[in-house]
Amino acid sequence: MSARVTHIAANIFREAVRDRVLYNLIAFAVLMSGAAILVGQISIDIERLVVVNLGLTAVSLFGVVIAIFIGIGLVSKEIEKRTLYTVLSRPVQRWEFIIGKFFGLAGTLVVNTFFMAIGVFGALLYVSRHFQKADGWVLVALYFIVLQFVIITALALLFSSFSSPLLSAVFAFSLFVIGSFAEDLRGFAGMTQGITRWLATGAAYLVPNLSALNVITSVAHGQPVPGHLILLNTAYALVYATVALCGAVLVFERRNLK
Amino acid sequence: MRASRKITVLFSLLMVGCMVASVFLLQRVDQLRTGATLQEVLYISSPKLLKRLSLGYSGLLADIYWTRAVQYFGSKHNQGAQSYDLLAPLLEITTALDPQLVVAYQYGASFLAPKPPNGAGMPQRAIDLVEFGIQHNPDEWRLYYDDGFIHYTELKDYAGAADAFARGSRVPNAHPFLKLLAARMAEQAGSLETARMMWTAAYQTTTDKAIRANAMAHLRALQVNEDVTALEALAARYKEKTGQFPARFSDLETAGLMRGVPLDPFGHPYKLMPGGRVEVQSPDDFPFIEKGTPPGYKPPAMPKFLPTD
Repeated sequence: MSARVTHIAANIFREAVRDRVLYNLIAFAVLMSGAAILVGQISIDIERLVVVNLGLTAVSLFGVVIAIFIGIGLVSKEIEKRTLYTVLSRPVQRWEFIIGKFFGLAGTLVVNTFFMAIGVFGALLYVSRHFQKADGWVLVALYFIVLQFVIITALALLFSSFSSPLLSAVFAFSLFVIGSFAEDLRGFAGMTQGITRWLATGAAYLVPNLSALNVITSVAHGQPVPGHLILLNTAYALVYATVALCGAVLVFERRNLK
Repeated sequence: MRASRKITVLFSLLMVGCMVASVFLLQRVDQLRTGATLQEVLYISSPKLLKRLSLGYSGLLADIYWTRAVQYFGSKHNQGAQSYDLLAPLLEITTALDPQLVVAYQYGASFLAPKPPNGAGMPQRAIDLVEFGIQHNPDEWRLYYDDGFIHYTELKDYAGAADAFARGSRVPNAHPFLKLLAARMAEQAGSLETARMMWTAAYQTTTDKAIRANAMAHLRALQVNEDVTALEALAARYKEKTGQFPARFSDLETAGLMRGVPLDPFGHPYKLMPGGRVEVQSPDDFPFIEKGTPPGYKPPAMPKFLPTD
């Protein structure tokens, strides 16, 4: 079972490299080096701040775009090209196909983030001339961004399992935006009463809580991230991604592919 | 059980289990990050920058910031907080993003102006906020009223209050009482009757329950202050007549100075204390009284606003 999942995952990674997905790293490198050089000349004392803010935001947005636009095609593209039938005619179960796809895309994003992280730290070194203790928290922020990708990838895969690529992209992107305001949403829910409160609270817990995974601004100001939050966010991201993947498996299991 | 059915059951159970776990984890995350959303506000405290970053969706962003301001004030107020450091920046950001959001000036000023724990104790920031609102909404007579109200209640600046009410009275469709208030301020600003008029106006010009409760609590307090002053004056007259303070209210009745036992605004009898002092039975029910409390009385951190009538 694990070998089959690994093969599918490795294949997705190869396909992503072949599709020149990692070319986004070039754009990222240009952005980071440009910012690092420019900000030192046009501003005062916020070089580190800008590099961390801009770098981590770019890592997050680039990754989310990749997660959504590749994730939405993971199932539908295979159906459209009829390659899915070749895969499923072999001793591969449908759920293995979904899980393999997920790990393949998540792995691609981890590799992509790894190279971007090198870019961020390179730019940081350029503007600060040396690393400081607070830079360690940038790694935590990057880890949280990877957790965001895990959730978004699982959601994109869920939508891809039953919807068209365009609608899947819209759904996934909408959930990304709503999830970024999840804490506000829960706050609003807390202010309502009666049935509205129940509905709003339900909706607030159903959407992914991406705001707790975004510590970019606090990390840019050198503020530490509590260890408890790292543990809870890790557990939350894994649990939420599992929910979405289970949904994708359940839909895909029942889908008529004839 | 068929393999596909087995998978369906297994993944369904896993999904439900993980969904429950995600809610639990999210609640733990929320406990760990209390007020995190608001802390982040400080990182971008420039309203101009935020307006640019909103990419034209400044109305929506203003609504979000206004809700955050309300949440911030509500949560701090419930804790009986003595400082509201983020309130003024939150309100300034909200109104800079949407200068036409009149509600933010009105309620925002009533959050900012009163002394803690009822508000942030920043009357000048509240006036600045309302003046900014007037600049952008010159036809909103309520803003002039709020401006005058803060000048009157928090700063005791009767000339400033009269000016604000007079400016408001010239606005088309302004409520007629603004003219009356302007005249009152100019003539007898410090009188009890003026205070009663102000709080009655505050009560009548809003539909918000909290503001009405606050206004009603102030009106009750004015009534108590007036009653206690009058009753203590009667006790002093009794002493002048008999050479000693009355032991109970019936002594005053017997002396023909009053009729019946006087009652506070909640219908409870006042207490006549040794030395001719008069007290209310439950001072906690009257958060704003200046008279009628036992010696050394300390009001509770959270004022008790009783339901509006």
